[in-house]
Amino acid sequence: MFEINRLSEAELESGKYTKIWHGPQHPGITGNMSLELTLCGDDVVECKTHVGYLHRGFEKMMERRTFIQNFPIVCRIAVPEPTFNEYLYAAAVEELAGIEVPERAQWLRCLNLEMMRLASFLMWLGGASGSFGLRTVYQWTVTHRDYMLDLFEEMTGARIYHMYISPGGVRAPLPEGFTERAMSVMNGIEKLLFEVERVVLNNAVFKLRSQGLGVIDPGMVDDYGIVGPNARAAGFARDVRKDSPYLVYDQLDFETITHDKSDAYNRTVVRYQEMHQCISLIRQMLEQMPTEGSFHADLPNVLHWKIPAGQTYVKAECTRGEYGYFLVTDGSEYLRRVTIRGPSYTHAIAVMEKLVVGVNIADVAGLMVSLHTYPPEIER
Amino acid sequence: MKLKDLTSPFYVWQRAFEKPYTQAKPIQERIGAHAYRGFHINDIEKCVGCGTCEEICQNGAIDMVKIAEKASQKGDSGLVPRFDYGRCCWCALCVDICTTGSLGMSNEYTWASDDPDSFRFTPGVDETSWQDSEHGYRRHPDYNLLKLERPEMKVLDPDEGLKSFDEVVAGYDHQQAILEADRCIECEICVATCPANMDIPDYIRAVREQDFDEGLRILYKTNPFSATCGRICTHHCETDCTISTFGKPLAIRWLKRYIVDQIPAERFAEILQDEVVENGHHVSIIGAGPGGMSAAYYLRKKGYGVTVYEASASGGGMLRYGVPSYRLPDDQLDKDIDYIVSLGVEVKYNCKIGRDVEFQQLMDESDAIFIATGLNQPSSMRIEGEDHPRVLSGLAVLDDVASHRDPGVGRKIAVIGGGNVAMDAARVSRRLGADVTVLYRRRIVDMPADKEEIHEAQEEHVRFVLQAIPVLIEDADSEEQVTIQWGEAEMVAEEGKRPRPVLQEDRMHTETYDSIISAIGQAGDFSFLPQDISDQLNQHWGKFEVDERQRTTVGKIFIGGDIANNVADAISAIADGKNAAIGIDDFVGAETN
Repeated sequence: MFEINRLSEAELESGKYTKIWHGPQHPGITGNMSLELTLCGDDVVECKTHVGYLHRGFEKMMERRTFIQNFPIVCRIAVPEPTFNEYLYAAAVEELAGIEVPERAQWLRCLNLEMMRLASFLMWLGGASGSFGLRTVYQWTVTHRDYMLDLFEEMTGARIYHMYISPGGVRAPLPEGFTERAMSVMNGIEKLLFEVERVVLNNAVFKLRSQGLGVIDPGMVDDYGIVGPNARAAGFARDVRKDSPYLVYDQLDFETITHDKSDAYNRTVVRYQEMHQCISLIRQMLEQMPTEGSFHADLPNVLHWKIPAGQTYVKAECTRGEYGYFLVTDGSEYLRRVTIRGPSYTHAIAVMEKLVVGVNIADVAGLMVSLHTYPPEIER
Repeated sequence: MKLKDLTSPFYVWQRAFEKPYTQAKPIQERIGAHAYRGFHINDIEKCVGCGTCEEICQNGAIDMVKIAEKASQKGDSGLVPRFDYGRCCWCALCVDICTTGSLGMSNEYTWASDDPDSFRFTPGVDETSWQDSEHGYRRHPDYNLLKLERPEMKVLDPDEGLKSFDEVVAGYDHQQAILEADRCIECEICVATCPANMDIPDYIRAVREQDFDEGLRILYKTNPFSATCGRICTHHCETDCTISTFGKPLAIRWLKRYIVDQIPAERFAEILQDEVVENGHHVSIIGAGPGGMSAAYYLRKKGYGVTVYEASASGGGMLRYGVPSYRLPDDQLDKDIDYIVSLGVEVKYNCKIGRDVEFQQLMDESDAIFIATGLNQPSSMRIEGEDHPRVLSGLAVLDDVASHRDPGVGRKIAVIGGGNVAMDAARVSRRLGADVTVLYRRRIVDMPADKEEIHEAQEEHVRFVLQAIPVLIEDADSEEQVTIQWGEAEMVAEEGKRPRPVLQEDRMHTETYDSIISAIGQAGDFSFLPQDISDQLNQHWGKFEVDERQRTTVGKIFIGGDIANNVADAISAIADGKNAAIGIDDFVGAETN
């Protein structure tokens, strides 16, 4: 199943093929990584992925910092989606330390995560349409993402690295008047999505280029460990939010969105529908959320916080699928080991290397974006 | 493919009629959100330089630095945080953990300079446009990383306590002690405040790690009266504990007590391993109170032969005869003293200098003398009739009770004074069954007694009559009683001084009591000193003048404890004893070479 037919040395020397580097700096790559493409004419016959441009050694770094000191670091692991990292780290630490998170904090966390999902999808949508030449849409979606960032700035104190979900709860309640402002931003985004539907999804150019591109065969899903919208587009109703609900997802009304064939177009459609779902979830939460009560549990003194020996794996549904943190503690003030498993690892390496074969060079960027990968999360 | 797919993209054109979303910077400025984590601010008036921000910063972006604008003083290290914006990640953990709430962040987020060094700055000291910003991130009042609450100490019910002389405070149990030790942030502000500079964060860590042997070793480095101080220390350290800005200060005293309580007296020698190597020199110490005995301990450890002369029948001084056993049980004091004596310190009890041994003899025999006789003479009220037989001194009452004699206070008594001796005399009399009224010339806030002593006295139904000035004491109808006349006082503000009580002669009261206990202060008795030596020593307001090593103007003579320091509490006397040991060692060393 993982067999990839590599060209022999002799074949490569035959003059029939061209080798080019796609990345590490390329607008069609969602971060710094390289594809070493072998072309025959305009078509890709072989691809080798190259990573290493973003290795920052987070997992090792985290072993040398106290439990509280780690929480401002983890947000940098997946740059466009810091919140999922913050949540997973906090959840794992809380589980190991036996800390009960107040209910209000759970709602605030959940709201924060869904807002993050929406903001992340908005940026992705810009990339997806831009990669197929629809640059105007990129300007629109990034504008509305900025309005989301304004909301984050109000809610958490920062636009990108929120550092809002800390072990024990969240750092602040919602500021005054936040609900109204958030609702108005949601309305704006809903209007934007209506336009996007007309301009992107019902666009002959986009359809012609994306339909049938990078088809993920249902048989590949389990073999490759494909998750999230990429798997859901292939008909797999898998969503951590539904399958093992965390935070307050079991109190919210939503259905897992699936499609019948996972190609670049349908993956866009699934994500497009999930954006509507995000808006609905955010509205539900803003209406149902408790406005009184504690939003942070009592922690032991964080300056010398020791957590009993243990290990745990926690997972959450990020925009790209199941995202997991595996933490091991040994009873000291430091983590013994942490392993972070992001969906981009398979999506951007194994899946990409397979799907890109036979694709026209002009569609490589579009294919990669349609898999929604984040190189920073691969390398950590 | 449908026809719609070809036409619908032209919807884009509709946008041509909309206003742009962008802002025309720099014509339009975009202000950061109200709680934005922008550049730091620091209120250096509030900042005590505890360094917790530096401790928690995971980037090493904060250095605590000395600045000209702020001096190091009691409760304030004089340091302030300097930020390196080449390292800072604006996570605001420093703001969250700030013990005084002095650190915050403004919502300012743009800063351009051609000087890279300027981005290493000290907020509150280096001038910035955002220092006074009202906006920006502050720790939310309901979110706290510090542990503010203290586990409640179990104490005897006040009415139960009155029935005996049993210890009132029960001490922490294991779980409470660990919880309390966990609250310490190890800022070390308390170390500088403690007169004996005890290594407080270190022994608190020992409690946290449940290594009580190590805890005891740390205690004895600076204080050989740990069982005692763990109970009755005036705990200056707790007053300056940085946690007290928002919460209850660490119960440092109770944690010290917890360590000592875990270790039976028999194990002290094995744990402390104090080995004495005789150096052939001899030091005489006058007074076996906390000052004298701690000097004896540290001198003995340095190899000196030590003889302590004590006028009373047991050691401990004021700790034994001034502090009632419900605050400090005798066996706890004995635990401390017995260990010191076990190192080979010779103590001559019932031996008063000037009566049993001449001071000159000590001068001749010893390489150095340490005088720590304490304040044991009651001060006079300077009113008519105070020599009435029913007027007792507070010290005498406490001494009688400590020696298991009946002081004969009667059923209805008045205590005059607002210090610890007055409180103790009042509470002791309550335990002897008397109805007690305290007369004090000022207000409760002016009382020199420990706050908790005043509080406990009130709980034990001691009545307080404040702003009452005694005027005259005279015979009552019965010989067993005494009458006191006192007048109400008004507090009159005086510039630069504390308010002064002024007698209101038109508001006089007369009351009859079984006895009156006078406890308005103590003085030292220096009659044992030969005149020529007394003349050479400098005195000021009834105290001897000494330097930081307790040296006097007479080379051989070192003085400490209540007769030298103005604080006049046990821990200061202990510190004096330790300092004198160092001073004497230097002096004898210099003399010998």
